[in-house]
Amino acid sequence: MNPKEEKVKIITEEFIENDEDTGVGRQKKTSKVARQKRKKRLPTAGPEEMVSESPHLGHQQEPVQEDSDTRSLSMTSRRGPRSLPPIPSASRTGFAEFSMRERMREKLQAARSKAESTLLQEIPTPRPRRLRSPREKELETEFGTEPGEEVQRTQQEDDSQSYSRVKFRDSVRKIKSKPPVPPGFPSAEEAYNFFTFNFDPEPEESEEKPKAKNRDGTNQEEEEGEEEEPPVQGEHKTVFNTTMDEEELLSAKDDEDFLLGLDHRAEDFVAVRPADYESVHVRLQMEKELLFIPSRLTVPTYKKLPENVQPRFLEDEGLYIGARPEVPRACQNIMENRLLTQEPGRKWFGDDGRILALPNPTKGFPSRPPILTREQDIKAELETLYKKAVKYVHRSQHMIGSGDPPGNFQLDIDISGLIFTHHPCFSREHVLAAKLAQLYDQYLARHQRNKAKFLTDKLQALRNAVQTGLNPAKPHKSLDTTQKAINEYKSEIRQTRKLRDAEQEKDRTLLKTIIKVWKEMKSLREFQRFTNTPLKLVLRKEKVDQKADEEAFEAEIQAEISELLEEHMEEYDQKMEGYRAAYQQWKAWKKAQRAKKKKKKQAVEEHPDGEVEEPYPGEEPVKPVPPEPTDRALVEQQVRERAARSRRRPGEPTLVPELSLAGSISPNEQCPRAEVLRREDVKRRSIYLKVIFNDKEVSRTESRPLGADFRVHFGQIFNLQIFNWPESLTLQVYETVGHSGTTLLAEVFLPVPETTVVTGRAPIEEVEFSSNQHVTLDHEGVGSGVPFSFEADGSNQLILMTSGKVSNSVSWAIGENGIPLIPPLSEQNIGFRSALKRADAISSIGTSGLMDLKKLAKWAAESKLDPNDPNNAPLMQLISVATSGESYVPEFFRLEQLQQEFNFVSDEELNRSKRFRLLCLRSQEVPEFRNYKQIPAYDREIMEKVFQDYEKRLRDRNVIETKDHIDTHRAIVAKYLQQVRESVINRFLIAKHHFLLSDLIVEEEVPNISILGLSLFKLAEQKRPLRPRRKGRKKVTAQTLSDGDIKVLVNVIRAYDIPVRKPTASKFQQPARSSRTFSEKRAASPTTHSPTHSADYPLGQVLVRPFVEVSFQRTICHTTTAEGPNPSWNEELELPFRAPNGDYSTASLQSVKDDVFINIFDEVLYDVLEDDRERGRGIHTRIERHWLGSVKIPFSTIYFQAKIDGTFKIDIPPVLLGYSKERSLILERGFDAARSLSAGSYITLFITIEPQLVPGESVREKFDSQEDEKLLQATEKFQTECALKFPHRQCLTTVTDISGKTVFVTRYLKPLSPPQELLDARPNDPQATAELVARYVSLIPFLPDTVSFAGICDLWSTSDQFLDLLAGDEEEHAVLLCNYFLSLGKKAWLMMGSAIPEGPTAYVLTREQSHYLIWNPCTGHFYGQFDTFCPLKSVGCLIGPDNIWFNTQRYDSPLRINFDVTKPKLWKSFFSRSLPYPGLSSVQPEELIYQCTDKAAAAELQDRIEKILKEKIMDWRPRHLTRWNRYCTSALRHFLPVLERSRGEDVEDDHRAELLKQLGDYRFSGFPLHMPYSELKPLIEAVYSTGVHNIDVPNVEFALAVYIHPYPKNVLSVWIYVASLIRNR
Amino acid sequence: MAAAGPSVFLLMVNGQVESAQFPEYDELYCKYCFVYGQDWAPTAGLEEGISQITCKSQDVRQALVWNFPIDVTFKSTNPYGWPQIVLSVYGPDVFGNDVVRGYGAVHVPFSPGRHKRTIPMFVPESTSKLQRLTSWFMGRRPEYTDPKVVAQGEGREVTRVRSQGFVTLLFNVVTKDMRKLGYDTGPPDTQRASGPSPPQGLPR
Repeated sequence: MNPKEEKVKIITEEFIENDEDTGVGRQKKTSKVARQKRKKRLPTAGPEEMVSESPHLGHQQEPVQEDSDTRSLSMTSRRGPRSLPPIPSASRTGFAEFSMRERMREKLQAARSKAESTLLQEIPTPRPRRLRSPREKELETEFGTEPGEEVQRTQQEDDSQSYSRVKFRDSVRKIKSKPPVPPGFPSAEEAYNFFTFNFDPEPEESEEKPKAKNRDGTNQEEEEGEEEEPPVQGEHKTVFNTTMDEEELLSAKDDEDFLLGLDHRAEDFVAVRPADYESVHVRLQMEKELLFIPSRLTVPTYKKLPENVQPRFLEDEGLYIGARPEVPRACQNIMENRLLTQEPGRKWFGDDGRILALPNPTKGFPSRPPILTREQDIKAELETLYKKAVKYVHRSQHMIGSGDPPGNFQLDIDISGLIFTHHPCFSREHVLAAKLAQLYDQYLARHQRNKAKFLTDKLQALRNAVQTGLNPAKPHKSLDTTQKAINEYKSEIRQTRKLRDAEQEKDRTLLKTIIKVWKEMKSLREFQRFTNTPLKLVLRKEKVDQKADEEAFEAEIQAEISELLEEHMEEYDQKMEGYRAAYQQWKAWKKAQRAKKKKKKQAVEEHPDGEVEEPYPGEEPVKPVPPEPTDRALVEQQVRERAARSRRRPGEPTLVPELSLAGSISPNEQCPRAEVLRREDVKRRSIYLKVIFNDKEVSRTESRPLGADFRVHFGQIFNLQIFNWPESLTLQVYETVGHSGTTLLAEVFLPVPETTVVTGRAPIEEVEFSSNQHVTLDHEGVGSGVPFSFEADGSNQLILMTSGKVSNSVSWAIGENGIPLIPPLSEQNIGFRSALKRADAISSIGTSGLMDLKKLAKWAAESKLDPNDPNNAPLMQLISVATSGESYVPEFFRLEQLQQEFNFVSDEELNRSKRFRLLCLRSQEVPEFRNYKQIPAYDREIMEKVFQDYEKRLRDRNVIETKDHIDTHRAIVAKYLQQVRESVINRFLIAKHHFLLSDLIVEEEVPNISILGLSLFKLAEQKRPLRPRRKGRKKVTAQTLSDGDIKVLVNVIRAYDIPVRKPTASKFQQPARSSRTFSEKRAASPTTHSPTHSADYPLGQVLVRPFVEVSFQRTICHTTTAEGPNPSWNEELELPFRAPNGDYSTASLQSVKDDVFINIFDEVLYDVLEDDRERGRGIHTRIERHWLGSVKIPFSTIYFQAKIDGTFKIDIPPVLLGYSKERSLILERGFDAARSLSAGSYITLFITIEPQLVPGESVREKFDSQEDEKLLQATEKFQTECALKFPHRQCLTTVTDISGKTVFVTRYLKPLSPPQELLDARPNDPQATAELVARYVSLIPFLPDTVSFAGICDLWSTSDQFLDLLAGDEEEHAVLLCNYFLSLGKKAWLMMGSAIPEGPTAYVLTREQSHYLIWNPCTGHFYGQFDTFCPLKSVGCLIGPDNIWFNTQRYDSPLRINFDVTKPKLWKSFFSRSLPYPGLSSVQPEELIYQCTDKAAAAELQDRIEKILKEKIMDWRPRHLTRWNRYCTSALRHFLPVLERSRGEDVEDDHRAELLKQLGDYRFSGFPLHMPYSELKPLIEAVYSTGVHNIDVPNVEFALAVYIHPYPKNVLSVWIYVASLIRNR
Repeated sequence: MAAAGPSVFLLMVNGQVESAQFPEYDELYCKYCFVYGQDWAPTAGLEEGISQITCKSQDVRQALVWNFPIDVTFKSTNPYGWPQIVLSVYGPDVFGNDVVRGYGAVHVPFSPGRHKRTIPMFVPESTSKLQRLTSWFMGRRPEYTDPKVVAQGEGREVTRVRSQGFVTLLFNVVTKDMRKLGYDTGPPDTQRASGPSPPQGLPR
């Protein structure tokens, strides 16, 4: 190494020298120039250069030079765009040693001169620009982002121009080309660079690498000493002068300062060091020390094995070791190398020198982390708790049409084809061919299994084992065990040998048979001189090495002989043993016999017969024959014989038969006539299969012609939707001959697949079939069931039956969501499963219900399963897992067994956490928490009361709470409704999260031609038309909204027929001086209803001063006051809308139950002036407002209608004290009497929501139905036809009932009798009865479906359900009313149409003697057909009990249409002559059962309501005292039943008189309210909306009375009389 | 509840929508808004903004620079629903109609400090070629009903989009009391603030 080092030193010295030499040039040119020249020289002297540099770089360990040279060099190399890597090349080092010094010197010289020359010619190239660019950029960024710093810097330099210069330089360079520079001097630009670098002396910049690098020239300059300074400076100056000439922008003075500053501040410079850089090489070196990288090379086997051990390959010994998992060779090598280096223990390697590996690396049993036994408490934590599975309570009882129908299972039957193994049309050749094919298949199967080979290997292995056992390599094994093992081995050998011989013999016979059949076939072909089948057998001979083969054969024979001999010897020994024993016995017996004989001889005279009888006849021993010793020659002969029989002779080539279809079939012309006939016959035949499921034909395949090869391809898959567990599955094979009959050939029974067999995993199976039919044919075909022979003489007859194979697969289908459509286990036949259990244990592993591994292991041990058989491999692994002692197979399977490790707190603790609970509830969108904002960060900040409501609701779910509902029945109903609602909402919560494209993306519709044309036309149209068209408002989807975005706009336009003040009141009243109304004051002489009383109002407009107050969600707006009974306001009121919980989703908006109340008040001014004398000086009046009536419009209606525009009837209380209706006006203004028919006041309104909201799309689901399919189709057809003609008319044929089934609508109509009580009321006035019935129906509370089932669908309940629920919307009311009318004997129809304000609704139409009446079922009002104030505005269709009629008239307004449904031109009927009415049964009950309502309960309810309302009124008047006038209350209470009896008509005057009589002293304002009773809230709202409580006269008193009239079936009519009284003084 | 109200942490974000790269378009402006969870509430600053129209720079970069400031402060009790800024870029098409040129969203960085984010932008695609033609012709390209859709995953499976360009944002994030509430968003990474932060694996 010494010379090398020396050289390095020399070279580095050279460099230093060079630095010194070229110091001036180099430094001022900056290193960049040097680099440039080097690069330019590169092409000419590439390799040398590399060599010249490589040594430096290669030996950077040199401590001395490292700092100054190598680093700077390496730095230059890094900075430059050099492509040569500075990697030391070992091969070059030697070459580099060659006179390095000389060369270096030369080169540096050359380089210098060259650099100079290049400098001279230097033109602006892109390179320097590129080099500078990072720094420029930096400057720029600094400039941009750190202005403060920049300022500081400029201040330091006390000349901001230095900066502009930096920037300017670029532009200068760009604009001007370089002037030639004298040789030896740097170009102006470089000089400039140099300067600018120097003049940025910022301390913090030393950290910034790029700059530091750029300045390294300067650094070196400083390091190298002071003596260099002056010349440098001198040069600088000169250079600078040249630049100065060019840069006229800079003043010379500045530059001088600049330079001076430099001189003085040289010592101020911070020592800037080159950036730390480690070359790649050094780093690699260091890494090499730190890191260990195992080699990728293959490890030689001897390293992996203990010394002097040959690798042992178990596989070669015939042992099954399973397939190793596939690991790339390289990975394996790395692993082996690592193991060898790190753990030289070699325990990782097996006998064969490879890494030990299991066939399947996954662990077969679930593992758990080792339990630390030291700490018991940890174990306790790990202990799993048994929790009983909690059955999920499915709330389906409330579900409507819940889920899928049971039994939606699917069986896929794939029938791919059919092959005949025999067919009547087979020719003789076909018979042989089929046989041959069969044999060949057999051969292939055997060949694939190759049992003989396997057994041979096994035998070999056993022999080896015996061999090793006899010569034990390891003496430590006890002899006993060895001996035992050897004996076992030997018996095993015997067994195996026998098996092997049998197998080999079979193989051989098979081969022989194949050859024989093939020969027969060949001879047949020759004989008949044509060929029918393309079969061709080729016997391929595989040459074997004669000698080796013979040796092997001989060795085998010898081994066998020796074994046999041994065996025989053993046997012989045993026999000898036995013989000896027997012989002894015999001898003894003989002796005894002899003795006996002697005795007998003596006794023979006495008993002549006795001799014949032996005392022990069975035990007469024969003289044992000594066993013959085995003869070796004999044995050998036997062995050889057997070998010759069953084995290939040595040297004989191996024969491999190959069957191909390569042969050609003789064309028809070459065949004899009989054969041609046969072929034609085949062509005429076709086959199809029927699929029979549970003895029912479910499907059949197409009929396919039989091919010449007797194969039929179907390739059809039948998907059987099944309901029952399949009991049998049969395919019937049918054959059609020509156009004549079809014959059933055979039936194929298919097994029903296991539950684990699903589509995609089921293999194609071949099922054989055969038929017993007898067919004789008159052509070449051999027929079926008919004897025939191949021999010419007819001997050796054969009888073949038609047979074949169907290839098919049966499997369970997989549903869309990946769930196999398999019937549940419980439905399966028990017999089926028991049959399975009897089957082969192995094949049934993994099937359902057979997982008892212990038993399996036991069975395996008993049956001596060969563990080395590849067929058993998975089984053995399973068993080994099951029986290994360390682990047990749990009886359960646990998902995520490590989950508990990750639980940072226990479940209980987590559930205790209030915050977690809150988060959970919110994410579940529980209504109370749906929009909960800012869940506190700590538990302690969450108050308990947050949950109170929710918990209460949960608690109350099953407890019937009567507090809110007062009577139990309604509470139950409300609860039930609530539950139905919840379940429906839950069901559709998922649907809500299902988005359509239109929900997310706004996209214009593709315009059709007309729209395109229109838009083209639009281009030409005027920009500002004189008559602008109304444009549709843009609809807004709900989710983007927030509080305050939505407003309800109510346009109050005008009203008609407002009740006017009745001055008659004052007749009974003592005119009080101070508190007379203005009107009264002016009406000096009060009169009764006389036409003249209009004269009492001198100004004519103080009849009434009405104004409208709109209240919505407790926000109140009112219009200005108008005057007169027909006021016109024309005002727009704006009411803000707040959604519940700030949730503006569609579902939430739909379920808003709030109503818009439009109340009409009369503004009454009272003069409160005490003293008449002051009248001239001031006005002291009090404004009182008197409620006249109201209109109530549910928000949901506005929401769905988008706008409501029309005239509404004002709901005016039946008694309005102090006001009278139109009568006077009629007389006064001469209105015709027809007007009075529709007595009432009306108000014209326009209501809308701003912005317009998109009403929720109702989820259109296809509900299943029990209707006839034809009927359903007809309904669809009818509906589409109708929609085509009149898209806006409502056409209803099917509706959804409460359980979610589609029902034909006429089934709802059936005569149902109303309560008897109502019929008895006015027995001889049908009209009155009808009205009473309508009133009864209208008393059932109204609850729109959209509120209860937000945006889902319209559900129709039957009348009994409706009466039970006591809530329903228009349809239910209409259906019930219609049914009542039908039972009353009226002609009645359900009328579907649209009305205001309800929108699409249902009314009832009845036909009286001459006219039609339209009934509003929800209010109980009826209208004549030509009543202009009828709220029904259009009629879509009429529904009777047996037909539906769709309105096909031109108009749909009830005023303009003809209701004669018998005219087919006007009404399109659903059932007609082409589709007669099939007589649909009704869904309604036989009759309605009415229970009488408990009067006592009603009375109690009445009291409670009264109490609650009184409390409420007191609550609403927090600042005033509320006094109750008991006297008045009782008076009112008496009066209410009268109202109920008369239904609020014609009682006013009596009542008035009575009241005034009783309460003479009081000024009374009040009115009765009438409502159906559903719950308390609407009552309270109604009372609130009247504003009675708003009176703040100091001495006001109140009266409130409630009366509940019970109707049957808990229908309650509620009357509330609320009044305020002011005592007259 | 404590008298001082629930404990919250504060997240102050300021920065700017620096520039965009839309190679094909010019004269673009952008809107931004924040999408945040239910537990979040803005306490100061503007949640939404709309920028000036900017034209491409004349150099090779062709950058569209807005330098549109963002300054908003949120308070929250829960990091769930961490604010995301949603950007939508609009510009005129050949007929002069304002059409959307890109939507994009990114979470406000979690850790305090200076962060630079480059967001790839995309626009919804027309459902058919004919639609594409007509929408091009009429200047009514498909748009999201609400740009906030791009900040959520729900319902996106029904849409198809095409990528358009990139917008670079700069965030300066300051948090208060996060650690007090037990949320550790990593050490305050002030070192990296001055250097260019990696642009999230996107081409610059």
